[in-house]
Amino acid sequence: MSVTAFLTDSTLCIGCKACEVACKEWNGVSEDGFDWSGLSYDNTGSLGASTWRHVKFVEQSPAPGLGGNANEASWTFSSDVCKHCERAGCLEACPTGSIVRTEFGGVFIQPDVCNGCGYCVTACPFGVVERNGKDGRAFKCTFCYDRQKAGLVPACAKACPTESIKFGEIAELREHAHNRVEELRRRGVDDAQIYDPVESGVGGTHAMFIVRGDPRMYNLPPAPEVPTGYLRKAWTSSAVAAGVLLAGTLLAFVFDGRRAHGSRKERR
Amino acid sequence: MNKSGPTRGTNLECEREQRLDQIRQQAEEQGKLRVVSGGPVEAPFPQASAENGYYQLPLLKQPPWTWEIPLYFFVGGAAGAAAVIGAIADYTGAERALVRDARWIAAAGSVISPALLVSDLGRPERFLAMLRVFKPQSPMSVGVWTLLGFSTGSAASAFAGYLRDRYGTSLPLRVLESAGQAASLAFGLPFSNYTGVLIGATAIPVWNRSAASLPLHFGASGLGAAVGLLELLGHRKNRALQALGLGAAIFETLEGVYLESRSDGHLDPIKHGPSGWMARTGGVLAGPIPVLLRTASLFGGQRRSQSLRRLAGWSSIVGSLATRIAWVQAGRASARDWRLPLQQAGG
Repeated sequence: MSVTAFLTDSTLCIGCKACEVACKEWNGVSEDGFDWSGLSYDNTGSLGASTWRHVKFVEQSPAPGLGGNANEASWTFSSDVCKHCERAGCLEACPTGSIVRTEFGGVFIQPDVCNGCGYCVTACPFGVVERNGKDGRAFKCTFCYDRQKAGLVPACAKACPTESIKFGEIAELREHAHNRVEELRRRGVDDAQIYDPVESGVGGTHAMFIVRGDPRMYNLPPAPEVPTGYLRKAWTSSAVAAGVLLAGTLLAFVFDGRRAHGSRKERR
Repeated sequence: MNKSGPTRGTNLECEREQRLDQIRQQAEEQGKLRVVSGGPVEAPFPQASAENGYYQLPLLKQPPWTWEIPLYFFVGGAAGAAAVIGAIADYTGAERALVRDARWIAAAGSVISPALLVSDLGRPERFLAMLRVFKPQSPMSVGVWTLLGFSTGSAASAFAGYLRDRYGTSLPLRVLESAGQAASLAFGLPFSNYTGVLIGATAIPVWNRSAASLPLHFGASGLGAAVGLLELLGHRKNRALQALGLGAAIFETLEGVYLESRSDGHLDPIKHGPSGWMARTGGVLAGPIPVLLRTASLFGGQRRSQSLRRLAGWSSIVGSLATRIAWVQAGRASARDWRLPLQQAGG
């Protein structure tokens, strides 16, 4: 048993979506609609209650060497997943204690406890958790807690045919990521970089990415914040509001009482 | 065998074609296909970029809450402030009718609030899962426990007060009434404004950028609504209520000015678009209008004063409700805005 992580290397991803399929099959996740988005070959759009792995098809202006030499567009693919933050907004916001941290470092929603309050949905800075409209509860990637318990690799990593999704001990993966980016740069892939927001409010994640170009093209936020960070400001404001309400009401009624008392005396 | 083989194949193909047609039709109905046909055949591809993110798709998820939640914010705010007014009025020896009515408003809120909260859950039958832990770091958990204390306290004090008025006093009733009242005061204070913390401490930009002002804003809004409700119940001569209503309306006016003056792109949803107009309507109804009406009611005859205060009460109540709806709407609009989470820290 060790602290584990995903490293998703978009330079190796071929956009086959085997991870999406394997995830759905293993976890029994329902279909996510037959919508055509018109956005490249991605008709799923984002992670959600019924999408725990999501392959992004990132099309950009043609750039030499980036995703082939097509005239119309360049293509890169990247398989997105719950980031399993070190300071997880969903976990900290959950009022039932349904969301827990597993011994592998992942963030897990216990489906038998979740009552579908939806607060975790507003607390996730990556927009991962979603409430299932039919079921009522919130769902996201489980980090294949059941498989990890049994000593198996998560379904998506197991299914990935190019080892774009790597799974392993977090420190080893981090080192591997640095070596891989160095290697890519040596080969002339200057824009390769690691997305691993250790310095941000979420304090690092258990899902790192190697992407080409700006991570924002992949909808990876440059500065994710854990919402718990706003609590001090908000509760201070709440305490001030309560104090003002108490003092104001007391003042109003004491002053009014005195005046009423005074006028009664005068009348007598 | 030879004969049935091709027929079977044709049938299958037919089924597949039909299913494809179905899918096309479904997509057309949902308006999703328009994205594809939006441009001519040779139109440029939609592109991902640092500025547009991933095809301008929202990065955040919208709050899944339905109509119950803004209504819950409104009811909770008014009930919490009413409980505080009732308890203080009782402690300072104000008229009994005011104490009784304030308690009934709080008690009504203590029944309606949990009902709204439970019915918004994806799994209402699992509401009790909220009570298996107390988590100070989760405003939702703190709020549920506050609601529980508040509901028990206000219902107990209103009920005991009713029995006392009807059947005469006794020691257990007096104990129940004063303990309930103390609890409804203690829990009513945070209950009237904690919903500001609830939405302030989230990943939704328009909410968390206002984390420091939302509880004050919601507290004042709740007080205005509570005073308005008491005035509609007939307490239109009470000067303490007038002072509280005036205070709340002045604060809401200042809050509106503050909001309008802040130049932060993250606040756009509360200033522009449908949610912006809802917020502005709520702000004017809860702020300047009651200030004017209440000021005008200070002069002139008794009847004129009372009818002006009735109007001010209505205005504050509707304004408070509109304010809560606007903030929840703004949260949804803010989550849909793909630009905000892609900005660098402090941007």
